[in-house]
Amino acid sequence: MMNESAVFWSRMLTELTLSFHIIYATIGVGVPLMIMIAQWVGMKNNDEHYILLARRITRGFVITVAVGVVTGTAIGLQLSLLWPNFMRLAGQVIALPLFMETFAFFFEAIFLGIYLYTWDRFDNQTKHMLLLIPVAIGASMSAVFITVVNSFMNTPQGFELVNGELVNIQPLVAMFNPSMPTKVAHVLASAYMTSAFLLASIAAFRLLKGSNHIYYKKSLFLMMKLGLIFSIATAVIGDFSGKFLAEYQPEKLAAAEWHFETEEAASLILLGFMDQEENIKLAIRIPYALSILAHGNPMAEVIGLNEFPEDEIPPLYIHYLFNIMVFIGMFMTLVSILYVAGVWRGWQFIKKVWFRWLTVLGGPLSIIAIETGWWLAEVGRQPWILRGYMRTAQGATTSEHVDMMFILFCILYIVLGIGSIVVLSRMYRANPIEQEIQDRMAEVEGGVR
Amino acid sequence: MNLEVLGIIVLWIFLFGYVIVASIDFGAGFFNAYSLLTNKSHILSNIIQRYLSPVWEVTNVFLVFFFVGIVGFFPQTAFYYGTVLLVPVSIAIILLAVRGSYYAFESYGSRGHKGYAFAYGVSGLLIPSSLSVVLTISEGGFVEIINDRPQLDFWALFTSPLTWSIVLLSIASVLYISAVFLTWYAWKAQDWEAHELMRKYALIWAGPLIFMAVAIIIQMQQHNPDRFRNMISIWPMFGISGMLFLMTVWLIWKKRGLGLSVGLLILQFLFAFFAYGISHYPYLLYPYLTIYEGFTNQEMAISLVIAFIAGLCLLIPSLYLLFRLFLFNKEYLTGNQKDFHA
Repeated sequence: MMNESAVFWSRMLTELTLSFHIIYATIGVGVPLMIMIAQWVGMKNNDEHYILLARRITRGFVITVAVGVVTGTAIGLQLSLLWPNFMRLAGQVIALPLFMETFAFFFEAIFLGIYLYTWDRFDNQTKHMLLLIPVAIGASMSAVFITVVNSFMNTPQGFELVNGELVNIQPLVAMFNPSMPTKVAHVLASAYMTSAFLLASIAAFRLLKGSNHIYYKKSLFLMMKLGLIFSIATAVIGDFSGKFLAEYQPEKLAAAEWHFETEEAASLILLGFMDQEENIKLAIRIPYALSILAHGNPMAEVIGLNEFPEDEIPPLYIHYLFNIMVFIGMFMTLVSILYVAGVWRGWQFIKKVWFRWLTVLGGPLSIIAIETGWWLAEVGRQPWILRGYMRTAQGATTSEHVDMMFILFCILYIVLGIGSIVVLSRMYRANPIEQEIQDRMAEVEGGVR
Repeated sequence: MNLEVLGIIVLWIFLFGYVIVASIDFGAGFFNAYSLLTNKSHILSNIIQRYLSPVWEVTNVFLVFFFVGIVGFFPQTAFYYGTVLLVPVSIAIILLAVRGSYYAFESYGSRGHKGYAFAYGVSGLLIPSSLSVVLTISEGGFVEIINDRPQLDFWALFTSPLTWSIVLLSIASVLYISAVFLTWYAWKAQDWEAHELMRKYALIWAGPLIFMAVAIIIQMQQHNPDRFRNMISIWPMFGISGMLFLMTVWLIWKKRGLGLSVGLLILQFLFAFFAYGISHYPYLLYPYLTIYEGFTNQEMAISLVIAFIAGLCLLIPSLYLLFRLFLFNKEYLTGNQKDFHA
């Protein structure tokens, strides 16, 4: 009854769609908050530059939203197309947050449309600000609800399975499952962090490329400050996630840490490689660190992989993903601390070319961290699609033709990816900030306002 | 009324909402492309851009709402339709993606690119075609259950006259709905040239629309006699729909009461759409799945209804605000205010 190739290609296609979607989705969640903050700072300080910043970001944001919406529609439908057996079961328990997500999205879409097309329609900047609040809330809430769905797949609860029948279903209990708080918080904080660093990297890039405008300096400083706050938040929540995993999904933590034997005072393995015989080479062992990460106590016992049946262990390569994510997070925290402290203290090196390039690197690096983080979380719960209840292979479609669809979607995402980059860069090149400020001055003097 | 019926009514209303707003959108894209080919774009593009710009994203949400809702209320549909529809729906997703992104790319990137406009226009006709296949499949006769696996008989589907009638009906409806709406919108915006052109299109597409609708009812007699009997038993609803159609065409012909004509158009499709839906009762997929077998558990159904009501309390005022600012705002419509965006 199972169709091996359909299972394989369903996994590939889902991974492809999600990996592409989360780039735009992360921007979609984080950037509205940044726009709102820029607008607010501009209003408060009566500084036209920040208001311009808000608008310029919004203009590019529309392009990323468009791609985010269409790829989001794709994954929404693919859930049922590729995993019909899973949706038939999980739909009974988890439809509520999915449903609420569309409301949040609806809400955001309406107000984004209004904000975009009422540019300068109201004299009062506060009204523009008020329009941005529902956009930012809607964006974050849709991330919250969809992450709730994902956290349910990691720690299912709120139902009982009696002879293959679902009974005693409690939708709210299913929503507020154990992994929900850390997952939601981590997704939000890392989306805000990524967006801030992305916007900072644009400003840094313009400064490197010869523009010396005060607008970019203000933008860079604001975004680095926000990036710093959210990267610290992300790290703190990441630590909570470690403790959550130790309690509820020990096999994921153990696989990510290559921790085989259950032991007390467990050490953390940094970097390293694993050969065919599962020998770990070139790794750095930090004594007690894993026990601290898992339980906040250096002597605590951490469950090892050997405790689990062979066919319930996730692939061990997730260790590399874990390392990449954590290193980028630490690195970006450091870069932003140096920058923010440097501005306050007047350190000169933060204006050097090499440091600017580090800042430019921050945006793409944060996106890589988002991707590796999601792969870690998702591959880390293999072989389950609904941990403890349904294996991935049982949830997949039995349809033929999934491989063909994979190729079609590949082409689509290549077109969308290239298209969005070309349009975005063309848009900003055609209308540099110097030009826009000049136009605006002319407009104000011309008595439009 | 039980929750099953309530659930399907709610979803049917949202699908209806999507059909109307998406038709306007798809048709507008087609007319825009067609006007480029026939060198009439100066007449139409302004009015179309003005309407579409603020609402394209909202249009898409109606669709998302429907398919998330149906899996929520009727999780069994995920199993039957999900397995069977992989190919047609994937193609629709790709077309929707091309369309949605090109729209944003074009409006903000390179305005007036002919290739984009053409892709945009053609996709507007292909999407309703690929989505309307779902309606054909729901009539039964194209899906077989082999070893517990629902399988779609592509050959039967592609050779069935019913499939092609439904595809043609969906295209004719898209063009007709869009043309009637834009006739009124252009009139509101006092863009007489655009108004005259759209009026012509509306009258042209009225014929094929009614012809296809009648053709489908006749074919149903052969394809699925049960359904045909159901349709006949609620003939007054189809009759009212037909009357409303005649009134709309008459108003447009006489160039009178255009706002009313849009209202009548929506009512006409509402009656036809619900008559079609009612005659389908109680099946979601004939003859395998009824709304009673496919329904979710009681607890989930109640919480979905609560979430739905709460969501509407948020949405209706927001939608009202959106319409007030763009659809019914004279200043915006006539372009007296300058182009606000970017």
